[in-house]
Amino acid sequence: MGNTSSMLTQYDIEEVQQHCNNAFSQQEIVSLYERFCQLDRNGGGFVSGEEFLSVPEFAVNPLSQRLLRMLDGLNFKEFVAFLSAFSPRATVQQKIEFIFKVYDSDGNGKVTFNDMLDVLHDLTGQFISEQQREQVLTKVLEEAGYNKESLLIMSDFVKILGSSGLKMEVEVPVD
Amino acid sequence: MSSGKGGELIPSSSELDLDRPNIEDYLPSGSSIHEPVGKLRLCNLLDISPTLTEAAGAIVDDSFTRCFKSNPPEPWNWNVYLFPLWWCGVVIRYLILFPVRVIVLTVGWIIFLSCFIPVHLLLKGHDKLQKNMERALVELICSFFVASWTGVINYHGPRPSMRPKQVFVANHTSMIDFIILEQMSSFAVIMQKHPGWVGLLQSTILESVGCIWFNRSEAKDRETVTKKLREHSQGVDNNPLLIFPEGTCVNNQYSVMFKKGAFELGCTICPIAIKYNKIFVDAFWNSRKQSFTMHLLQLMTSWAVVCDVWYLEPQNLRPDETPIEFAERVRDIISVRAGLKKVPWDGYLKYSRPSSKHRERKQQSFAESVLRRLEEK
Repeated sequence: MGNTSSMLTQYDIEEVQQHCNNAFSQQEIVSLYERFCQLDRNGGGFVSGEEFLSVPEFAVNPLSQRLLRMLDGLNFKEFVAFLSAFSPRATVQQKIEFIFKVYDSDGNGKVTFNDMLDVLHDLTGQFISEQQREQVLTKVLEEAGYNKESLLIMSDFVKILGSSGLKMEVEVPVD
Repeated sequence: MSSGKGGELIPSSSELDLDRPNIEDYLPSGSSIHEPVGKLRLCNLLDISPTLTEAAGAIVDDSFTRCFKSNPPEPWNWNVYLFPLWWCGVVIRYLILFPVRVIVLTVGWIIFLSCFIPVHLLLKGHDKLQKNMERALVELICSFFVASWTGVINYHGPRPSMRPKQVFVANHTSMIDFIILEQMSSFAVIMQKHPGWVGLLQSTILESVGCIWFNRSEAKDRETVTKKLREHSQGVDNNPLLIFPEGTCVNNQYSVMFKKGAFELGCTICPIAIKYNKIFVDAFWNSRKQSFTMHLLQLMTSWAVVCDVWYLEPQNLRPDETPIEFAERVRDIISVRAGLKKVPWDGYLKYSRPSSKHRERKQQSFAESVLRRLEEK
């Protein structure tokens, strides 16, 4: 794909499509490329954290910092793969995998009590005290059959979230 | 008037904070965390999909960036018949029209300077006469500028009259907005101080029509400017004030939020709507991509600048209205007339980050829902 070329060849599009497991149609990939180039203002071939934060709708999102850690330095192919979890063609399994990755910040395949506490902190800010957060999390964990020391893995997440009708879809505008 | 390269982080001034209308009313999809009921379970806490969906939605497309996108025209020189036609067009534009326009502009400048400099230096004592002559001369040079782009401007509505306590506001697409309006009647505009030759023009010629400068990067500057605005609007003999409340150039298809400064002066607001016809040239000055000189050159090598200017009915602050509601009402009037879509973002977000208040509101609503559901059995 190169860094600053603003033309995608058919070969490039197919490569990206394969990489994201056909989550997006070819037209959607072209649109995403336009968007990627629009965000990548300095033409470095990847979108930096600063450039993402220049989108106000993204900057006000409570999970923006977490997502930035996953987004920083991605080239276009990886960018599309990142977004593939939000395609209507993605399976529930893929969506849950994405959510798991957001929680598992150190990437070791296990989500700890502290990981869950951190995300809850991002979502609630200063409006719940740290102590209350711990209490709430411990309570719902125990009710679901886990405890504070439990290390959740991917299959646990599937069990917990699989039946709740996950809605996580984004439409790529195609002109 | 906008300028400068974006990217500098400025501490968000107080005006970005508290007094904006609720952005949630404008953003697509439901509220950030949907309002479920029933006992709180683990899956409710772990399910961050609504927040993630919003973030991904913003990454894929967002209403703020759309305001500053300049649409390049579709290239149409793609076949054997059209290509020569297009090529003829290029030749005419660059080799015939452009030199003629440069000559016209140069002649205009010569006439202008040879009248302006003597008037400025010699008529020092006769204030009123000097002012009137300088005004007429500035209108003249603006007409020359407009001619140099073959400007076809349709003015609709009654010509503004010079009265005190009257402020004009317009939507902003490029610095040429000012030139187009100034050609018809003299205004004192408030602009961002620019570097380079534009700055030189600002400090010499435009001073004479009573323009006011501000510096976007200085936080305290806002109060000084508000004071100057107030003083100017009270003055009887001053040119009427022209303000672009968006604070930055927008691409003439959207309008960003109006700053309330102009609407707090206690004056009558006369809205002006400006709409450029994109078939001839896209007049949006994308200050991140082009310098003003390049922008002018682009205009001078296009066929024409065609636009409509509507002088709309003067508005006053209603007794039950806050200045912000007033600003939104006037923005509505202008956007409807010029066919612009309204967007709930502050134009200055081009240069700084949104305040944390928006994020906090989302966090608060989620926190409250969690605590509430904890109580339920």
